Amino acid sequence: MSFEWPWQYNFPPFFTLQPNVDTRQKQLAAWCSLALSYCRHHKLYTLDVMEAQESPMFNNKKIERKLSMEAIQVVFEELRKKGNLEWLDKNKSRCLVMWRRPEEWGKLIYQWVSKTGMVNSVFTLYELSNGDETEGEEFHGLEDWMLLRSLQALQTEGKAELFTMDDGKGVKFF
Amino acid sequence: MDRFSWSNGLLEINETLVIQQRGVRLYDGDDKAKMDLGVALLSTHRLIWRDIKNHECCIAMPLSQIIYFEEQAAGIGKSAKIVIHLHQVPANKEPGPYQYSKYSYIKLSFKEHGQIEFYRRLTEEMTKKRWKNTPVSQPIPTGTGSQAGKTRAVGIVGIERKIEEKRKETDKNISEAFEDLSKLMVKAKEMVELSRSIANKIKDKQGDITEDETIRFKAYLLSMGIANPVTRETHGSGTHYHMQLAKQLGDMLQAPLEERGGMMALTEVYCLVNRARGMELLSPEDLVNACKMFESLKLPLRLRVFDSGVMVVQLQSHSEEEMIASALDNVSEKGSLTAEEFAKLLGLSVLLSKERLLLAEKMGHLCRDDSVEGLRFYPNLF
Repeated sequence: MSFEWPWQYNFPPFFTLQPNVDTRQKQLAAWCSLALSYCRHHKLYTLDVMEAQESPMFNNKKIERKLSMEAIQVVFEELRKKGNLEWLDKNKSRCLVMWRRPEEWGKLIYQWVSKTGMVNSVFTLYELSNGDETEGEEFHGLEDWMLLRSLQALQTEGKAELFTMDDGKGVKFF
Repeated sequence: MDRFSWSNGLLEINETLVIQQRGVRLYDGDDKAKMDLGVALLSTHRLIWRDIKNHECCIAMPLSQIIYFEEQAAGIGKSAKIVIHLHQVPANKEPGPYQYSKYSYIKLSFKEHGQIEFYRRLTEEMTKKRWKNTPVSQPIPTGTGSQAGKTRAVGIVGIERKIEEKRKETDKNISEAFEDLSKLMVKAKEMVELSRSIANKIKDKQGDITEDETIRFKAYLLSMGIANPVTRETHGSGTHYHMQLAKQLGDMLQAPLEERGGMMALTEVYCLVNRARGMELLSPEDLVNACKMFESLKLPLRLRVFDSGVMVVQLQSHSEEEMIASALDNVSEKGSLTAEEFAKLLGLSVLLSKERLLLAEKMGHLCRDDSVEGLRFYPNLF
């Protein structure tokens, strides 16, 4: 299924950071939503800012408009404030995109675990993200760092426990 | 240097000038001679040197005194030189600048170059030894060497002298001319001082002098280039002059404003008003102050300042909301507009049309698209 662009994507002013405060708020909200859904659709978990500027996400070749670096940073800052983005370096050149927050992932995983009656079982992290049994689940193919955080979130809620084994990490669900 | 004798620098009959070079300094052996810079002249018979400043100081030496000579190349900070080695002093040598010298050689230092050519010619003359063919009598002794009064000038030397004299004359004339100018400047300074003191006196006696007179005097001062020392602009209460002016503007600007859709930039007003007046032009300051009084005088005009600092005069009946609503309509109709396109559409100046679009944006009716293509305004669909 190809990605569905929001109407704003083809509206030239969308790519100019609006000076009017109210207009800007609406604009940024639209950009955040666009960025997150794009990453979700393409299963992107990390972004390199330079690459992002040239990617279709911020660069609409059809109307010959793209977001300036300044505007991109503003959008990313919005995302960070909402908890959907984390910077990987001080220079703000690479970031983690959490179009689903760790808690949300944790919930999905736990739902699957209880649905399949696997509570009290032990899994390796690999099994969860790449096992045959989880194929078709949304969290299938989840990147390690995200999986880890999601399980940590569950751990905080008391629904799981992480431990280290010989060849990696494992988790037990309660 | 004791081989030289005083001379009047005139060439004898049969003696011809071969080459001359300015900017030559003499050296007694390795020491600088007591003379300043001068002109070195080579004739068929003699080597002559004359001080460039004091033409009376002139010395000469027969070429027969020269044993041999050589070049000394220029170095860092040193000019090129010709070193001339000389025979012993002849017994019958005429008096010269030096009674005695411990050196048997002199140097010519070429501060303004020319040594290559001089060396070549000297070589030529020393080879040809033309002085042997046409012997000249010993130059007439000239005592101490300084002679007052003009001597009959002959040949190039004479022409040179005439040019020098003319130059001196011109110099003198120019200095005298400028003397007058500096006197004028002194007088001008006095005038300025005088005007300043009068202006101060006026400031003190403010009450006694009538408005008209003061204005006249202020204009007079202004024409002399002195900034207006008396400031009459006070907040709130304007002056009689400005009030009158405001009323006048009120009448004058009605028609033009209506023609232009109810709004004119202050610069446009300024041009219009002054052009109409012809004489007794308004200063920008006076215009602004008069406009500020529109409201208090209950005139149907208003002075308005936009965020960007642009000042306009608009009719009181002018409704901004209406303007913005119509702007939105125009933009929606066309999809998007630049300030220039909008100006063309409405017959407004670009400046005012931009202000209107910006205002509409501020109100949230429009949004902007800023790209390499320029600044466009769209209806705010967000």
